[in-house]
Amino acid sequence: MQLIYEKSVPGRRGVKLPASDVPVASALPATLLRTEPAGLAEVSELDLVRHFTNLSRRNFSVDTNFYPLGSCTMKYNAKVLENAAALFAPFHPMTALLPGGAELCQGTLGMLYDLGRMLADITGMDEVTPQPLAGAHGELTGIMLVSAYHAARGNSGKKKYVVVPDSSHGTNPASAAMAGYEIVTIPTAPYGDMDLELFKAAMSDEVAAVMMTCPNTLGLFNPHIKEICDIAHSHDALMYYDGANLNAIMGKVRPGDVGFDVVHVNLHKTFGTPHGGGGPGSGPVGVKKALIPFLPQPRIVRDDNGTLLLQTDNKGTVGRMANFFGNFGVMAKAYAYIIMLGREGLIRASEQAVLNANYIKERLKPYYDLPYKMTCMHECVFSASRQLEHGVHAIDIAKFLIDRGYHPPTVYFPMIVKEAIMIEPTETESKATMDAFIETMIEAAKAAENNPQALHDAPLTMPVSRLDETKAAREQNVCCIG
Amino acid sequence: MNDSHYCPHTPEDIAEMLSVIGAASVEELFAPIPAELRAKSFNLPAGMSEFEAFSRMQAIAADNTQGVTNYIGGGFYDHIIPSVVDHLSGRAEFYTAYTPYQPECSQGTLQALFEYQTAICRLTGLDVSNASLYDGGTACAEAAMMALRVTGRHKIVVDGCVSPFFRQVLKTYLFNQDVEVVEIAPQKGQLDHAALAALLDGSVAAVLVQNPNFFGSIEDFTALAEQVHGVGALLIGSVYPISLGIVKSPGEMGIDIAVGDGQSLGNPLSFGGPSFGYIAAKKKLIRNMPGRIVGETVDKNGKRGYVLTLQAREQHIKRHKATSNICSNQGLCALRGLIFLSSVGKEGLADLARLNRDKAEYAKEQLTRIPGVSVLQTTVTFNEFTLTLPKNAAAVVTGLLDRGIAAGVPLGQYYHGLENCMAVTVTEKRTKKEIDLFAKELEVALCN
Repeated sequence: MQLIYEKSVPGRRGVKLPASDVPVASALPATLLRTEPAGLAEVSELDLVRHFTNLSRRNFSVDTNFYPLGSCTMKYNAKVLENAAALFAPFHPMTALLPGGAELCQGTLGMLYDLGRMLADITGMDEVTPQPLAGAHGELTGIMLVSAYHAARGNSGKKKYVVVPDSSHGTNPASAAMAGYEIVTIPTAPYGDMDLELFKAAMSDEVAAVMMTCPNTLGLFNPHIKEICDIAHSHDALMYYDGANLNAIMGKVRPGDVGFDVVHVNLHKTFGTPHGGGGPGSGPVGVKKALIPFLPQPRIVRDDNGTLLLQTDNKGTVGRMANFFGNFGVMAKAYAYIIMLGREGLIRASEQAVLNANYIKERLKPYYDLPYKMTCMHECVFSASRQLEHGVHAIDIAKFLIDRGYHPPTVYFPMIVKEAIMIEPTETESKATMDAFIETMIEAAKAAENNPQALHDAPLTMPVSRLDETKAAREQNVCCIG
Repeated sequence: MNDSHYCPHTPEDIAEMLSVIGAASVEELFAPIPAELRAKSFNLPAGMSEFEAFSRMQAIAADNTQGVTNYIGGGFYDHIIPSVVDHLSGRAEFYTAYTPYQPECSQGTLQALFEYQTAICRLTGLDVSNASLYDGGTACAEAAMMALRVTGRHKIVVDGCVSPFFRQVLKTYLFNQDVEVVEIAPQKGQLDHAALAALLDGSVAAVLVQNPNFFGSIEDFTALAEQVHGVGALLIGSVYPISLGIVKSPGEMGIDIAVGDGQSLGNPLSFGGPSFGYIAAKKKLIRNMPGRIVGETVDKNGKRGYVLTLQAREQHIKRHKATSNICSNQGLCALRGLIFLSSVGKEGLADLARLNRDKAEYAKEQLTRIPGVSVLQTTVTFNEFTLTLPKNAAAVVTGLLDRGIAAGVPLGQYYHGLENCMAVTVTEKRTKKEIDLFAKELEVALCN
């Protein structure tokens, strides 16, 4: 398909601008003028509409395809959430920061405050900051809070390490490194969780925090999690909960009750807001009481009369993590989602997410190697090692699924599983959809034995076949020249 | 009765699935969770229908004061958003997709992001762009970290005229790293060149400036770029994208890394987000860029296609050695930016920029006719300028809020000694009639 720039015709106009009702100002001095206008597309509105409509049709999405992408919680995104967020489009964030302006923003500030209270209840924490703009941004915020906590206790020089299991999301060590820590990685034991003995051996008073995903990226709930929290606390290390997999445990377990001190939640995973093809997400961070003094500013507080205020004079704060109050529009969607589902709805969402994952695990077990065989939570991780004996890789199975109209599961993650295929169906999929997917997976397993070439050739039905990634990396053509 | 939203199973489905699994109940699946770890409380209210939830959201929105006329900017700007932006970015194939890890079934998102990167490169006059960052503040921080990696130095010099929010985010990001951040106090809303020259030496990794700056002043940073390059440092420019319809581009000025907030490009104010951060740089810096980058390539039949490229920089491969921890960015907001720019078009963006400036110049003229009111800066401005009032600006702004006018951003809370100043923004959406009324109201407020 042509690029929008290749459809461009000099002089053609899209949207008409408002007419001017004021005099033309004197021009900028020549030294400040750009020599020629930026080479943006020049297309009619209809050409523009056709271009992007046709581009959109070259995407798989939750609304068009089953999308069991492990670790991403690609549940259905309710349409009413879009309408709800649109209600807040006109509100300027600076209004709340003007003297006397918070009074004009009691609705939006109140929503952020209430969302924080609800997320605190779901995660078992004491206060939540809405500021972080995505999951990884929440991690960075959380580890900065940890750092501020240790510094306030006079321990900043002593605390050097952040401990992560080798099954963790790459963002965990990357975020901790940005917050100035060295990383200690603990291998996974044969029982599918961080090796407890190696963990104990690695712990010392120099550890600032331990970052855990629970259930972990193998979809397993760590039965030793309480012990891990206790050991960490005995070394004055804080426990960080990566909320990427919170969809498995709503109403069942609260990280705060278990002993976690800092939590981030991914509203774009657990709380039904769309991922947008790569964001916007939203990663609010919840903390226990001891960490409240360090939360980012402005902090939304409620006074005795119930009026919401912005607190900006907190000396202990880590500072500011984003322009304003976080991805407000995403939070409006999550707020609507939570009040709509309510207590029972959230519990049921987690229960059926876990049911669906176990159903797929059980039915595919005869056909794919399952390195960790225990009851899973919201996702299950297979290995294509059996198919590899026929020269078929996880990626080949992924491409075969694309031809059958399925977005592939996450492949090659977690890295500790060879040829990993990580399936997360979510609670919003019907049994019929999963059955059809399972049959296709079985078909792929059979094709691996009988006709591996068919898998190597896939996909055949897409606008493009497999792409040359080496060429892309070598040529670094990231912008249309001309 | 199935009273749970969006969970489709009937009791029969559940029974069948449990029998396949070999579990007696759904609760049995949670057996791996030790009993003592079960939730101590879970007190959310009962759920409701979508109609009731939407009504609740309407009530919340109604608790905000409606219909305030905005002359505030501060990094977020009240611009027109062509209807096509909502409609096209609202295609579910775009907004219910994930990050395009599987390129063959994600060419829509990938090509759109490649087109976005192209728009950003052309707008900034630079060679390479990524697929977006979170926002303007974090983009400044990421650019500074790029410069620290590239130069191996440990000092960032920041013009105090850069948005105070961006500076706070930058300082927060860099706090735990072995980095010195030095700020230069503004001089009448402009960069203090002498102070900067005194600071420039071989220890500086980068200088961060903003155009137009928080006061609205526009400067040509061409000579500054040469000066900064002279000590082996990089020049980072935070630039308001709409101004680039007419103002000399970062590339033309010799700026190495351009960043900024993309809200003004087709994203609603939405109480501060989501928007997106853009980052563009000279080609030689590409391997140090943070975040997703889309590259052009061909498939095995030689057909053109797009993939995420240079992923070896990223956290999912490099873990703690990645160029950044960023994973999800603000893809859909960047798509809105692309649709906005493509709808307005090449000449249209220049016209839009001129229209902003015309409105602002008209407002400047009307407002400075009021006795005691003057413009702080001596430079030219774009659609934002700083007024010095004969009394405390915070009090004036508070008073005018009651009259339905957000008159400007009082600068005293951000700059000591500028208690009588406020930054006023006038976009294309403000009419002459509104501006005239604003001038009248301000005059009355100053007389009281």
